[in-house]
Amino acid sequence: MYDINGLTKRYGNVVAADGVSFRADEGEAIGLLGPNGAGKTTTVSMIAGLLRPDAGEVLIAGRPLCGDTDPIKREIGLVTQDIALVADLSALDNLLFFAALYDLDRPTARRAAADALDLVGLADRARHKVRTFSGGMKRRLNLAAALLHDPRILLLDEPIVGVDPQSRNAIFDNLETLKRRGKTLLYTTHYMEEAERLCDRVVIIDHGKVIADDTLQGLYRLLPASNLLSIELEDREGRVDLEQLRALPPVKTVEFANGALRIGVSDLAAATPFVLQWLVDHGHRYRHAVTERADLETVFLSLTGRTLRDR
Amino acid sequence: MTRAFIALVSKDLKLFFTDRRAVVLSLVAPIAIGSFFGYIFNGDGDRTEIGRVQVLVVDEDRSPISQDLVAQLKADAALEVTLATPVEAREAVRRAQAAVAVELPPRFGADAAGAFFGGRARKKAEVRLLYDPSRATEASMVQGILVGHVMQSVSKEMFTGPTGRAAIGDALTQLERDTTMRPDERGALQDLLRGAGRWNDTSRAAGSGGAGGGLTIPFDVKKEAMTSRRGVPYNGYAHSFAGMGVQFVLFMAIEMGLGLLLQQRDGLWRRLRAAPLSRGVLLGARSVSTALQSLFILFFMFLFARVVFGVRVDGSLAGFIGIAVAFSLMTASFGLLIAGLGRTPEGTRALSIVATLVLVMLGGAWVPTFVFPQWLQKLTVVVPTRWAVDGLDATTWRGLGFSSVAWPIVFLLGTAMICGSLAVARFRWDAD
Ligand SMILES: Nc1ncnc2c1ncn2[C@@H]1O[C@H](COP(=O)(O)OP(=O)(O)OP(=O)(O)O)[C@@H](O)[C@H]1O
Ligand SMILES: [Mg+2]
Repeated sequence: MYDINGLTKRYGNVVAADGVSFRADEGEAIGLLGPNGAGKTTTVSMIAGLLRPDAGEVLIAGRPLCGDTDPIKREIGLVTQDIALVADLSALDNLLFFAALYDLDRPTARRAAADALDLVGLADRARHKVRTFSGGMKRRLNLAAALLHDPRILLLDEPIVGVDPQSRNAIFDNLETLKRRGKTLLYTTHYMEEAERLCDRVVIIDHGKVIADDTLQGLYRLLPASNLLSIELEDREGRVDLEQLRALPPVKTVEFANGALRIGVSDLAAATPFVLQWLVDHGHRYRHAVTERADLETVFLSLTGRTLRDR
Repeated sequence: MTRAFIALVSKDLKLFFTDRRAVVLSLVAPIAIGSFFGYIFNGDGDRTEIGRVQVLVVDEDRSPISQDLVAQLKADAALEVTLATPVEAREAVRRAQAAVAVELPPRFGADAAGAFFGGRARKKAEVRLLYDPSRATEASMVQGILVGHVMQSVSKEMFTGPTGRAAIGDALTQLERDTTMRPDERGALQDLLRGAGRWNDTSRAAGSGGAGGGLTIPFDVKKEAMTSRRGVPYNGYAHSFAGMGVQFVLFMAIEMGLGLLLQQRDGLWRRLRAAPLSRGVLLGARSVSTALQSLFILFFMFLFARVVFGVRVDGSLAGFIGIAVAFSLMTASFGLLIAGLGRTPEGTRALSIVATLVLVMLGGAWVPTFVFPQWLQKLTVVVPTRWAVDGLDATTWRGLGFSSVAWPIVFLLGTAMICGSLAVARFRWDAD
């Protein structure tokens, strides 16, 4: 559905996007994942035709995007990271305004606006001014405004930042509905859970460069272990023989930091009692043990050595 | 394309009219200031109220001539005369309690009489005029009035008073000694002086005054303000409303330009740019909506002026509308230019306000351009605001036809085109 090749954008010394390439088939949902300043918005802007790349090209449905008035832009619905609504107009007037920008005639625009309001659950607030909306409602309307001209591609730039969990869920339901309807989604975020819930494939970007592009399963396969066993020891000095521990059959990786062991294992059920018994046998008393599933956070950590967000 | 254009324009207008308080304020401010300027610049052309100039007179001479002069000045309808000492006079003018003080020094009468027939050889009398430099116009006016009265007082004394008789005697003695003159000329002058002396003797014998009161200024001035028609008085409100309308509409354009700069930072602008619309449509729609707002302000102001102050479009209505429309478009493209050249709203604001004030000042919106010195009047021909103010003046109180504003309209539209294209070219589309 779209295809980007070697997109590069420089701002002075900062290379905001550095040869970014990936593609999406029709109906595919792609997560564009990266920490703050990774170049996500820059990439989305170039795909939407807002920003001219210094190098590289954008193909929409196989055709290069050229110029401000290229009709191919109608295939794209952009949900901006900053809320793009006219605060002093009602929700309905906002939608009719955006519909007119895509040259929809009045009856079509009204129908599209009603549908979009229904989808995001704001039909009963249609005539209220956006100024009076909560953050979550604005986010939902922001999404609705991108749907009016029925684009095949939806570019979603962090569409749920600053939204309470309830609205967040509502928006996710909306997005899942849209995905079922066959829209091609590009979902930008630095929250792994969001990408995991919605996306078929994840592109990880850091410092303007794509560092991974795979399905979720593919990314997990990059990890040496699929589960983590985290054990806090009573003896914070922890004179554990890490080499010996690592040599145990179910153990894949071992790290020790701040009095806690982080042990990567593939078969949690078999490994947990085994490891705990081994610790007791070797005279180590533990205070606390938790298990966690390896997720995209861990993938990012293992790819870059950094966390995705400041914790 | 047209649908998008109309949607963009009507969104802007809706936002403008939604904020009732802002609308009222954008009308009240220019109307209030326009009314104020109209009032102090003598709104309805009736001069009686502020016509009398405060003048202090210091008579250190106390001769018949000076006393007669003081009496005449007191009788002048244009002046309000108070006698004062030299110290009082200086202080009063310095403290702006009087616009002008006239000082008649000792020997004023004698010197004046001596110089009257004495030609270049004799020392002229001196009158000192102390004036407030901020009210120089009034000083010039007093000076003009003074010339008439001095001529009248001195000549009266020459022909009817004792000082005059003595001065004639003096002049005759001088003439006896003068060897530079041709004999026939000298003879003629002696005859004239002797005749004047005899006239003086007889009229004094008959009692002062008599038939001849001395020389008088041989004409009276009848003033008529050249307005649209005879009998229609000048309406200063027409000019002040034109000026303030122009100024506030320009301010509105600054706000629009800054708004555009601010908008580049928010999501809405990115959303607009994501639609398949050309830059011309995006910026053009913004200029049209601004132009419509400025037209609204101008028409409302002149409606107010019409109802309250009786300002009429006495000239070509088409010309008036043409100027208003052309100026509104010019203004809108000026706003775009601000957005095109500016980097940050904060840095641009101060600069564009200064630019606007200069434009407004040179355009004659505060004080009419005809009070500018000549060179400045010539220079300001290039200032678009002047075309607007002059054009509005021309079609209102001057009552001129369309042809008088055709060129200004063309110039304004031309400026709009130039500013607009420059703005589109310089606009930073990739800004975040
Ligand atoms: N208009 C601009 N001028 C200068 N630098 C810019 C501009 N826009 C982006 N950058 C820089 O480019 C880099 C990438 O920015 P971008 O907004 O694409 O990041 P992002 O991944 O969207 O981050 P976030 O998660 O914070 O939204 C950053 O270093 C940013 O400072
Ligand atoms: Mg971003």
